[in-house]
Amino acid sequence: MQIEKNAMAGTLESSDALVTVEPGEGSVELEISSSVMNQYGRQIRATVLETLDRLGVTGGRVTVVDKGALDCTLKARVECAVMRSCGKSDAGIPWGGVIR
Amino acid sequence: MIKRPKPERFRLRRTMMFMNAQKPGLIKDAYIYGCDSIMLDLEDAVAENQKDAARFSLYHALTTIDYGSTEVIVRINGLDTPHWQEDIRVCVAGGADGIRIAKCESAQDVKTVEAAVEAAEKEFGVEVGRTLLMAALESPKGILNAYEICCASDRLFGVAISGGDFRKCMQTKFDPSGIDMLAARGQMLLAARAAGVQCFDTVFTDLDDEAGFEAEVRQNKAMGFDGKSLINPKQIRLVHELFAPTEKEVAQAEAIVRAYREQSAAGVGVFTVNGKMIDIAFIPGAERTLRLAKACGMYEGELV
Repeated sequence: MQIEKNAMAGTLESSDALVTVEPGEGSVELEISSSVMNQYGRQIRATVLETLDRLGVTGGRVTVVDKGALDCTLKARVECAVMRSCGKSDAGIPWGGVIR
Repeated sequence: MIKRPKPERFRLRRTMMFMNAQKPGLIKDAYIYGCDSIMLDLEDAVAENQKDAARFSLYHALTTIDYGSTEVIVRINGLDTPHWQEDIRVCVAGGADGIRIAKCESAQDVKTVEAAVEAAEKEFGVEVGRTLLMAALESPKGILNAYEICCASDRLFGVAISGGDFRKCMQTKFDPSGIDMLAARGQMLLAARAAGVQCFDTVFTDLDDEAGFEAEVRQNKAMGFDGKSLINPKQIRLVHELFAPTEKEVAQAEAIVRAYREQSAAGVGVFTVNGKMIDIAFIPGAERTLRLAKACGMYEGELV
């Protein structure tokens, strides 16, 4: 799956993250800002990249504003943003398939 | 992935706490409060344009967070919305213990949900029959059809009344005496008991009115409810305290069950315990008191 149009998911509330995706060619350009950047920056980056990889996203611009989200929340927000960008977030989600 | 044990249709459900499935800060540690069940909400707590996001959040919470022995129920969107089918898919795929059917009005509503749940169980390789159901009665029609709803499915463990919508339909408002919902609560309790399923009362929304909350919980217990829906962790303790049997009730129940087992082995049907006549009709109630006492940490014996 590729990012087809601009989309967002999440909030700026505590324990959440706001993920924005924009289409682009070539590689994934990832920008992260986090209230816990020093402690968890690398972990956040790894989780987001792994999730994008699982979804098959190979290009585009992804911005994450993290407010101390758990890994499971980060995954949920990235998946939702990418699925929204393809207009596929409402029904027929592959739960347990690429969403896992 | 967290594998939850097979849900029990009839377990202790004194407290069922609502939580917005779209808010990670709430759902990540909901089990620490000690309520019997949590109710992750995809319906009214989630804004219309966030229904999709709430499902992703729910799926990962269900498969990642270990809720331990706290039962995990999901409230899905009503059958008159475009959301309920995907709601059911995510609940089943994520391994939720049960699904609460919002705005249930007929046995057919239960059967419609049951068919979709079974299809989802087959799709995701979940044991058919694993996912339990409960129905929320929110309208006069739902209350009038309570008995057929209670009997509609072997998966259905109970019914709950939903005060907000019900009062709106009846053109009444909350009354501290409970008179506004007395007939509805009574009818629903009769139906649930006649069908052999559990029955739960609505939420109490004024968190500052502690005396009013206590009065309502006492009335719930006196009427025969199994438990209550809650909106805040600070409401849990009082319900657990008030729904617990007294020491005296536990001692009496233990004496009754023990005497019954001895007497019936000796061929006696009716006898007295502490001056009161006892026969087989008293036994299920006494055993229920002992099970409740065990869950509350008040009884450690071997009779139940």
